[in-house]
Amino acid sequence: MVTAVTSLGRSGLSDWLLQRVSAVVLLAYFILIGWVVASGIDYVGWQALFATAWMRVFTLLAVLSLAAHAWIGMWSVLTDYLTERLMGTKGNVLRIGLQLCISLLLFIYVIWGVQILWGN
Amino acid sequence: MKDNRPVNLDIGSMRLPITAWASISHRISGVVLFAASFGMLWALDISLASAEGFARLGELLGSVPAKVALWAVGTALIYHSLAGIKHLVMDFGIGESMEGGILGSRLVIAASVIISVLLGVSLW
Ligand code: HEM
Repeated sequence: MVTAVTSLGRSGLSDWLLQRVSAVVLLAYFILIGWVVASGIDYVGWQALFATAWMRVFTLLAVLSLAAHAWIGMWSVLTDYLTERLMGTKGNVLRIGLQLCISLLLFIYVIWGVQILWGN
Repeated sequence: MKDNRPVNLDIGSMRLPITAWASISHRISGVVLFAASFGMLWALDISLASAEGFARLGELLGSVPAKVALWAVGTALIYHSLAGIKHLVMDFGIGESMEGGILGSRLVIAASVIISVLLGVSLW
């Protein structure tokens, strides 16, 4: 039942709050992107938008929020199904392995995001 | 720690209420979004890398399979967001009763279906 060590904030309350704060950031970001795309933007406008400091900061914040939100969210899902009760010890091994892969991927997202925004 | 407490909940033997469907759909849509997140970052990368990349992405997203995928991910995002907002509203203590939960689930599902259809219409 070693589940708390792989949560993001080591505390349910901290994870709960972070899950909500990151949700609000992601919601605001997706609404903005949806609105920009729906209004039919071309490459020049798109490039100019992401050249502004506020959009870069907002995008980085959204990527960081995605990393936190997905970490906490996938932790909730995996600790519900890949459990000792359902699968024996195998459940824990499988869960830790998957969580490692997920956190590595999320780490890559953050670096990738920085590289997209400030790389060229 | 070995937990030997009995678990007496055979979900498969029950008829699930609408609140349960709303909850499991929120979970499924969250996992779908996680799976799609790689594609989102990739699209952002290629669209900003060069004018050719931006044009290529536009072409790619014009194909039928890509539109279907875009619509599916868009629908997952719409549902997950509306159900997420319902979570936040309920965290403030609004609509926490059984009736409130049922009404909230109905509203979220109905609004998602409508917006998802609108998304499909605007894509085609
Ligand atoms: C690409 C973006 C997103 C991904 C990958 C994602 C993924 C997830 C996952 C996997 C969960 C766990 C589900 C569960 O435990 O059943 C979750 C929970 C949650 N999501 Fe998202 N989500 C995203 C965007 C959003 C947005 C835009 C909102 C807007 C309101 C949101 C609100 C929530 C809330 C409130 C929860 C917590 C539910 C609970 O405590 O049970 N998410 N998300």
